[in-house]
Amino acid sequence: MLETKIYHQSGVKRNTGVSLDASWFDQHQVNTSAAERRAASLTARRSVKKEYQAAFLVKALQCMDLTTLAGDDTQGRVQRLCAKARRPLRDDIVKGLGLSSTPHVGAVCVYPTMVAHAVKALKGSSIPVASVATGFPAGLTPLSMRLAEIKYAVEQGAQEIDIVIFRSQVLRGEWAALYDEISAMRQACGPAHMKAILATGDLKTLRNVYKASMVVMQAGADFIKTSTGKEDVNATLPVSLTMLRAARDYGERTGFEIGFKPAGGLKTAKDAMNWLILMKEEMGRRWLEPDLFRIGASSLLADIERQLEYHLTGRYAALSHHSVA
Amino acid sequence: MPSVTSILETMDYGTAPESATHVKEWLAAHPKGFGHFIGGKFVHSKAPHLEVFNPATGAKLATIANGSAEDVNAAVSAASKAFTSWSKLSGHQRAKHLYAIARHIQKRERFLAVLETMDNGKTIRESRDIDIPLVARHFYHHAGWAELRDTEFTGFSPLGVCGQIIPWNFPLLMLAWKIAPALAAGNTVVLKPAEFTPLTALAFAEICTEAGLPDGVVNIITGDGNTGSALVAHKSVAKIAFTGSTDVGRIIRKQTAGSAKKLSLELGGKSPFIVFDDADLDGAVEGVVDSVWFNQGQVCCAGTRLLIQESIHDKFIAKLKRRMETLRVGDPLDKSNDMGPLVDPVQVARVKGLVSQGVEEGGEYFSSPCMLPELGNFFAPGLFTDVGTASTVMREEIFGPVISAMSFRTPEEAAMLANHTAYGLAASIWSENINVALEAAARVKAGVVWINSTNLFDAAAGFGGYKESGFGREGGREGMFEYLQADWLHKLPVAKSRPTKLLATSDATSPASSDIDRTAKLYIGGKQVRPDSGYSYAVKTPKDKLAGLAGLGSRKDIRNAVEAALKASAWSTATAHNRAQVLYFLGENLSARKLEFQARLIELGATPSAAKREVETGLHRIFFYAAWADKYDGRIHSTNAKRQTTLAFNEPFGVMGLICPDEAPLLAMLSLALPALAMGNTIVVIPSQSQPLLATDFYQLLDTSDVPAGAFNIVTGPQGELAKVLAEHDEVASIWFHGDAKGSAMVEAASAGNLKSTWVNNAKCFDWYAAEAQGVEWLRRATQVKNIWIPYGE
Repeated sequence: MLETKIYHQSGVKRNTGVSLDASWFDQHQVNTSAAERRAASLTARRSVKKEYQAAFLVKALQCMDLTTLAGDDTQGRVQRLCAKARRPLRDDIVKGLGLSSTPHVGAVCVYPTMVAHAVKALKGSSIPVASVATGFPAGLTPLSMRLAEIKYAVEQGAQEIDIVIFRSQVLRGEWAALYDEISAMRQACGPAHMKAILATGDLKTLRNVYKASMVVMQAGADFIKTSTGKEDVNATLPVSLTMLRAARDYGERTGFEIGFKPAGGLKTAKDAMNWLILMKEEMGRRWLEPDLFRIGASSLLADIERQLEYHLTGRYAALSHHSVA
Repeated sequence: MPSVTSILETMDYGTAPESATHVKEWLAAHPKGFGHFIGGKFVHSKAPHLEVFNPATGAKLATIANGSAEDVNAAVSAASKAFTSWSKLSGHQRAKHLYAIARHIQKRERFLAVLETMDNGKTIRESRDIDIPLVARHFYHHAGWAELRDTEFTGFSPLGVCGQIIPWNFPLLMLAWKIAPALAAGNTVVLKPAEFTPLTALAFAEICTEAGLPDGVVNIITGDGNTGSALVAHKSVAKIAFTGSTDVGRIIRKQTAGSAKKLSLELGGKSPFIVFDDADLDGAVEGVVDSVWFNQGQVCCAGTRLLIQESIHDKFIAKLKRRMETLRVGDPLDKSNDMGPLVDPVQVARVKGLVSQGVEEGGEYFSSPCMLPELGNFFAPGLFTDVGTASTVMREEIFGPVISAMSFRTPEEAAMLANHTAYGLAASIWSENINVALEAAARVKAGVVWINSTNLFDAAAGFGGYKESGFGREGGREGMFEYLQADWLHKLPVAKSRPTKLLATSDATSPASSDIDRTAKLYIGGKQVRPDSGYSYAVKTPKDKLAGLAGLGSRKDIRNAVEAALKASAWSTATAHNRAQVLYFLGENLSARKLEFQARLIELGATPSAAKREVETGLHRIFFYAAWADKYDGRIHSTNAKRQTTLAFNEPFGVMGLICPDEAPLLAMLSLALPALAMGNTIVVIPSQSQPLLATDFYQLLDTSDVPAGAFNIVTGPQGELAKVLAEHDEVASIWFHGDAKGSAMVEAASAGNLKSTWVNNAKCFDWYAAEAQGVEWLRRATQVKNIWIPYGE
């Protein structure tokens, strides 16, 4: 079935959360080898070429949270990133692809102290600013400070908050404590959409990933997100598969559509294609829009640009021919 | 091509066809069609030709020869001629040839993948990612066995010319499974690919030339069933290896009966796919996809009987149906399709027929809503629910993309339902509980068991079935034995034929000795029983004196004995230590009554020293197999995947029938019975017809040695008749026969009913005192290998 409806940011009914119910996840099994096999065969089962590939790459760009989360971030660096977010593709590429207007990325993602700079730089565009918060990336500051950080970021103009969970609560199976914290964070976010970062590289097992996904959804997360980009292992296909299955199960029980954001480790156009295929196969067409799918990335954009240029010219492109984020 | 803007709305995949240019050029270079590959050259046949079609389009791909008996003869001659030099090459030299073949396959991997897809209809993803890599892997692995044959299989030699007949579902992979071990062992081959899918075999013939394989080592002969039949019938063929349907397997079993041809059969299946309530359900759903919608379900080991624990049945079916909605069926060269067409219109008709029957019988049928191309032999993935073991679609091998589901309540019931089939090829078991999974794996009667996985294959592990899924293994060490013969067996002399004496049921001959009248009875279920017929027959001494009367067993006694043997399954599940203890105890008791057995042997014509030697050797044999009972270990195969173990278990067959020779009546019976018992089989012994009293004397030892009731049953009487009843009995899993040539042929032909494993002497005379009359080879023949694949990791 072809779905031709255009999806807008506001198209999703927000997840209000539900009461904590461990029976939704505590007996849930994830077989790691089976998940790995599915992830490996999934991307080998679909191949997207030519115009279709170009369209998929544009879609990846539209779903991208263009990100800078470094200790040396400055106002200038953030401004540059925002400029790139507004015009991620050169005009000749936009024209060559036959697009009616320059596509823009899904959001710009920064630290709380950079939010104001980003908001200013993006003024007039419809691009939201996302802020990490809650003691990113480790999330080990006291809860009151983590909540205050969310409120600060929202006050600064962030429309999306990427929070990190307290990994100890997962590793120790303290589901009620995790649920309570995330509920409080969701409250603190107010109108801002909340993406809950599970830091799956720290949780290690897919069983933990499933359980943590379910708890944060029950606590009201709008999105579930794999990683901070700072763990040893960031987004992988088996982890993503497990989170999507959790989102699907939650959706079947509650009717809420939960967004998904892989982050860290998606560096090439091929990676982007793999995740788009994963989304389409496991969740369906609906999850290929920025209101339900984001890719947290910084270097990915450059490779997408190069691939799109290659698509148009048949020549391999140089990085230096594209603007720097 | 739609615009990028419109694709951004639909987010369709579009098409991603693999190029067929090279294959088309290759086909175009053979405008007159393909001949047979005989003696290193393509030879055009005078016989009528067959046409080969692309199942995705119906377009004709090529013309091939329909091999005649003459063509087969030419190929066998070429192979015989080549065998002389090929079998004399060193293992290292043969290894280099197999290695070269593997390399050449890799060099042409994409060509072979595309050709396979066009010929068979399997998706390019499968031919590219699964079939062809496994083909190369099989040749690499067996290059290793060629190198190691002389040291790892001492006392074994190649057979000669092997006739190999392969099916259309994995054309090149089945070729590799057949040719690689045959060549590694030092045989030469004549292979007949399936008439629907001969093209990759012909391309392989070219590769053999390219790789410098000596002429005549591999011969490819194309054709239909008649060509295959001519190959099976050919007198100079030493072995037939067949993969295909159980029906044709039966025909081949009958056709080769009594020919002394070695035979391996890899046949049909209706394998269980068991999902326990503690399984990763999403993982198991993908398992179903990889099991039954792999190669359009045209897979002998497909898990087409879906057994789901009742508590999760509805949830699992809902997940499965949802998954079925995203399967894509279409052009198999398109890299985005999950399924291609079935191989031929006749196969579509068969699948449709069975599906209609399933619906008529009340099954609920769900068909994937996928789009199907208008042309070509396409059939949508299907799922039957609300079916039971009485349903045709739960019993019959559909060999198409259709699975039938039913629920079970307990692990016990799952095992019962899993084994409720004539087949025994494979099983897939899904549970996150190691206890549940391993117990199910142990209980299921199948040659290949995949835990939390399905359709895993590798050259290092044996593949093959239990029950009517055939016998013999392909791959790994166990597979090599199918292409080797033990030298001592080969060298055995042919026994002088003996006239079969009619059994006298009334005889006035005076008794030879004995003060008190002793009645030899049958021994069934741990009890001495009178024969059902109510008759006895006279057993004579060489001086024509009456040594005693033996029960005249009949078909009903065999029925009862098999029934008792079946019930004695506790012997199979006893610990190996426990079985060893019982055998030692038996030895202890024989030792205590040595003189009595010697006296009986002397009475029946043995010299005192021969009698002593027979009893002593028998005693030795008991200790030998008691020793082995807990030492014939399985293996852990080094299969090609990380975080995975593949355990090869040596399992008993179940009930074995043993027909004993006339010579060495005590020792020969022990030589047959002990390896079978040591490995956990329960047995029905038909002692020598002329000398049954050693066996009937022996049951008193069984009574006193803690041998469980039913583990060892003895039925005396007319050997030929009784052997036939045993060979035809569907609950007997294996039969060993010692007797004349006619009897060997009869047993092999009669075994076709349930395709039991057979070992017949073909009138050859064993030396029961020779070192080879006991040994690991006997244990190997008393067991079947079950490979359990266990991927692990958290």
